[in-house]
This record gives sequence, structure tokens and C-alpha cells, in this order.
Amino acid sequence: MQHDKEFLIGFYRTMVRIRNFELKAEELFLQAKLPGFIHLYIGEEAIATGAMANLRKDDYITSTHRGHGHMIAKGADVKKMMAELYGKETGYCKGKGGSMHIADVSIGVLGANGEVAGGLPIAVGAGMAIKMQKKDSVVISFFGDGASNRGAFHEALNWASVYRLPVIFLNENNQFASTERVTETTSVQNIADRAVGYNIPGVIVDGNDVMAVYEVVKEAVDRARSGGGPTLIEAKTYRIKGHFVGDPVLYRNESEVNEKWQFEPISRFESTLFEMGIITDAEKESIWKQAEQEIKNAVNFAEKSKYPEPESALQDLFESDTGYDY
Amino acid sequence: MREITFSEALGEAMLEEMQRDPTIFTYGEDIAKQGGIFGAYKPILGKYQDRILDTPISEEVIFGSALGASLAGMRPVAEFHFADFLFTGMTAVANQIMKFKYMTGGQGKIHLILRGPDGISKSAAAQHSESIETLFMHIPGIKIIVPSTPYDMKGLFKTALKADDPVICFEHKMLYAKKGPVPEEEYYIPFGKADIKKEGKDVTVVTTSRMVHESLKASEQLVKEGIDVEVVDLRTLIPWDKELVLESVKKTHRLVIIHETWRRGGWGAEIAATVQEEAFDYLDGPIMRVGAKNVHIPFSPPLQDFVVPDYNSVINEVRKVLNV
Repeated sequence: MQHDKEFLIGFYRTMVRIRNFELKAEELFLQAKLPGFIHLYIGEEAIATGAMANLRKDDYITSTHRGHGHMIAKGADVKKMMAELYGKETGYCKGKGGSMHIADVSIGVLGANGEVAGGLPIAVGAGMAIKMQKKDSVVISFFGDGASNRGAFHEALNWASVYRLPVIFLNENNQFASTERVTETTSVQNIADRAVGYNIPGVIVDGNDVMAVYEVVKEAVDRARSGGGPTLIEAKTYRIKGHFVGDPVLYRNESEVNEKWQFEPISRFESTLFEMGIITDAEKESIWKQAEQEIKNAVNFAEKSKYPEPESALQDLFESDTGYDY
Repeated sequence: MREITFSEALGEAMLEEMQRDPTIFTYGEDIAKQGGIFGAYKPILGKYQDRILDTPISEEVIFGSALGASLAGMRPVAEFHFADFLFTGMTAVANQIMKFKYMTGGQGKIHLILRGPDGISKSAAAQHSESIETLFMHIPGIKIIVPSTPYDMKGLFKTALKADDPVICFEHKMLYAKKGPVPEEEYYIPFGKADIKKEGKDVTVVTTSRMVHESLKASEQLVKEGIDVEVVDLRTLIPWDKELVLESVKKTHRLVIIHETWRRGGWGAEIAATVQEEAFDYLDGPIMRVGAKNVHIPFSPPLQDFVVPDYNSVINEVRKVLNV
């Protein structure tokens, strides 16, 4: 398929922005500047980037605990993201959620999720709403390999199939559920094989190939928009970092990680762009510099922002009142 | 005034609001063709058929999808079939629905309702008889309505259908067929406003749902003994009407709290603690609580009768608090 230069460079730029956000988050966490836990998307940037290029603003996603990449690719404000990681009042959740609960309902991000597979039922509900409203929006529900072993995954796929909902179930198989290898915890070789049980298409794609992800998701999104129902896509990738920053990683060897790093999506796509003569060294450098600057600005914004007033902990439970005083 | 059943009151609330608001739709098991396992939806069968859906037995999606649908602009009313089966999909309720708005710093309007039957019936045993409203009072993030009459059912449910927060509605199985006066003209009942079902001066009884009727029955017996009971129906547990309860206790100086759910750790303990904190000097005796014994609801009729409180339990506890 032919794409213009800007479209392809856009993929590269988004992946580089996600990478820079994650590298900075890791650095800040190790400097003890960020409270809580951080789960990094390094090495998986192609999935969010390729998938989201098919979405409009009125489409929805549900994300995961490893959700920074999804947010950025869907168009979130990295300043508000970084401020939330710091627990500041200017963050997306005013400091009430942190990394695992970032959401931006105004751009269709129905939440990262601290619960494995927690987003799938929510995605199904958004799909039901779209169908009731007779719109042509779609929902992409991102989830990991571990989530495919939860009941919610099976309930959600059956339900979406029965009602032919416009939901794309996008599995990011990064080979590890926390410390456990997918091969040791999962009954099938390919998570996409589970689609058969729900009578929907199941597709496997190289999750480190941004163009391939884009194409596969495009087909699923087109089908969903035109009333053809859900698709299960398994994007095979590899979790370069530990489950969380600080994970002692006792379950694999460094040599395995080094080998997988050869296939990481950004340098792969970069080679393709150079081969196609689409990008120059100067353009590449400029994209990285811009991304670094953007993240630097986000860090400045977050650091200059105030912590929330302690009493603000008693707000936001309900729409119509504070809800704590009874 | 005309009289209609509790089910009909629910049906009228749904129909009136569905006509007003095209974003309301409802789904669950056995509702679209059967009208619900206890016929609660029979009054709305044949109307708005595209907005009443039968679903797979997939509780986590029944509940979790309500959150997604509300965030995407609809007003879902999801049925939980039996209160006991809230546990089956409880993570979607407690970890998703009840936390979403708070965790995200107030984002979204979570206008959804979870509704269905709770409480005992004729020997349904431990997995179809529970009253678990206390849990939803304990965990922050959802408003709780527990109507006792057709009038309250309709007025509270109409308010729930206009609310912009999650609401859970517990409808006692033994109330669905009960008739009561409901005016023809439209009305709404605000949350957090208790209703004095019977005025009295000797002792305040605070209760909800089916136990309102048991308490009224008890008060009829007690009046013959010269004891004048005030029956306060909270109607909603989140929020609950602290002002009215305190006002009544300041008048009667005695308090008994009655619920069908377990006595140990039941919501009555919360009411009792609050009253002794805020009106200790007005009390002429200890606050007493009536609730189910701390075992599961057994099957055999004499066993169920022994475990679950009724009007006799109310009478005994009121006599105790008055030392008669």
C-alpha cells in the first residue's frame, strides 16, 4: 500500500515520542521522583502507534496498566500525563490515579486499568452504546497475554460476537504476564486461536512492525465500522523491560533480552524509512530532538505544578456531591 | 388513590423515563421475553423492545459494560438477576464502576443503574436469598436505594434514572407483588430523604425494604401494649438521612435498627455508631439492632424462619429497649 511521506514519518514520530516518555519515566522513577509503580511500553510502541492511526477522535479505547503508549498515540497531552505520574494537581486525574489510572474521556480513552482484563467489559459497553446510537465509531480494547486467561476476556469476546459489536480486541502478547511466561500459563500457542471459540476472525501480526499492525488493524476497524462485528488481533511482541521499573527480573536471561532488542520496532522502522529514502539523518535527529524537548517540557511542567491540597481527596467520588460525609 | 404493585411501579418509572430519554436502555438475564425472574419487567414487555436486551450469563460484562456504555453517553440499567450474583461480577462493580470517577479525578458521568431482587423468598437457600446492601455502603462509590413501597419504588427509581452517578437498587423479592397507592401524576423522590412510615413517641425503629412492613406489623401489636413506635424508612442508604434519624431519636430517646441482612457488621452498626456519637445525651437506653443470625440463609422453612428476623424479632427488641 502506498502512503505519503508525512504519514510514514508520523508513525516514526509517535513511536519516538512514546520511547522518550518511557525512558524519562524510568529515569525519574529510579531517581525516586515518581511515587507508585511504572510499567514501561518500551519495545511495544509499534502496536499503539499502528493501531491508533486508524482511529478518529470519536472512537474509543480501553488501555492497560502499561498504557502510556496508548495515551500518547490517541492524542493525550504528555504534560498532563507526566504531572499525573508525579501525583500533581495538574495531572489527568488531579493526582488521584497515577500511571495505572490515566484516562481522558474527552478523547475517548476510557481509562488505563490496574486490573488485568478490566478494560474488556468496559470496551464491550462502549460498543453497545455505539450500536444503540447507530454510530459508526469503533472501540479498540488493548490487553496483554495474561488478560486472555481471565474470565472477563472470554465473557467479553462471546458477548461482542453475539451482538456483533464494533470492538477490536487487540492483544499485546509481550510474552510475559508479570513474571510468568505466556508459554507456561496459556493453553494455546497463539492467543488469536481463541477467536475460533467465539466465531470471530483471529489474526496474528508482528507487533514490532508498525506498518503491519496498521494494515491488520485497518481491516478490523473497517469491518467493525461497517457492521461486521469484532476481531481478535494478537500482536506478537516482547517486553524489553521488567514488569515494572525496579523488577529484579529473575525469570529470564539478559542474553534473551539482548537478542530481542535487535528487533525493537523503532530502529526496524527507521531502517525501512532510510531504505525507502523517506527520511534523512537530519530529519531523524530533529524528530528525536523535538521529542526529547517535548518530554523535557512535560517534566518541567510537572515539577513546577503543585501537589493537590489534601482536602481535595474528598472530591470527585460523585458528580452531585462529595459523597464522604455520611 | 389508585393502587399498583411494586413491579408496576418499577415498570411505570422505566416507561416514563424511557419515553423522555432515548439513551436509557436495559439488559440482563431473562428480562426481554420473560420480564425478569420475578416478573419485575412484565409491565414494560412489548414496549421499546430494541432497548430491552436478554444477555448471556456473563456477570462481569453485564456490570462492566454498563460503565463503558455510560461513558459513551448511554444510561444503562443492568439487572443482576439475584443480589447473590453481584459477587459473580463483583470486580466490575467494586474495582471499575465504583472507582472510575474518583480514580480519574472526576472524569465522565457514570449514569448507570444496577438493579434486581435481593432478600429471602420461600426457601431459595443460601445462594439466592442474600441481602448484601451493606457492602455497597462500606465501599465508596455508588448510591444505594432500598425501596419498601410501590410509591417509593417509582419515585426513587425515576430519580435514579436522571442521576449522573452510579446507583444500585435492591428490590426485595417478597415486595414485587405488594400493592400500594401511587398517584397518577408524575413525581420524584430525592435521595437521602427518609420517610416516617408511622409516627410514634416511645421508640424509633430505623429500617428499610421488607423490614419496614415487618416493623409496621410489630407496631400494631405493640400499640396494644401501650408502646408507640415511630417507624423510619431510610429509603436510601447512600446517602442516608442522618438529620431525620437524629431528630426522631431526640424525640423518642430510644433506637432500634432493623434489617434483614446479617446483624454482625450490618449497616445498622453504622447508624448506631453515628447516633451515639451525635446524640448520646438524648438516649435513655442502649441502641439495639435486629438482623439475620450470622449464618447463611438455610433451606428448610423452620431453619430460615429461625435465622431471618420478622415482626416478632422487632417486638422482642423493642420490649427489651423499653425494659418491658
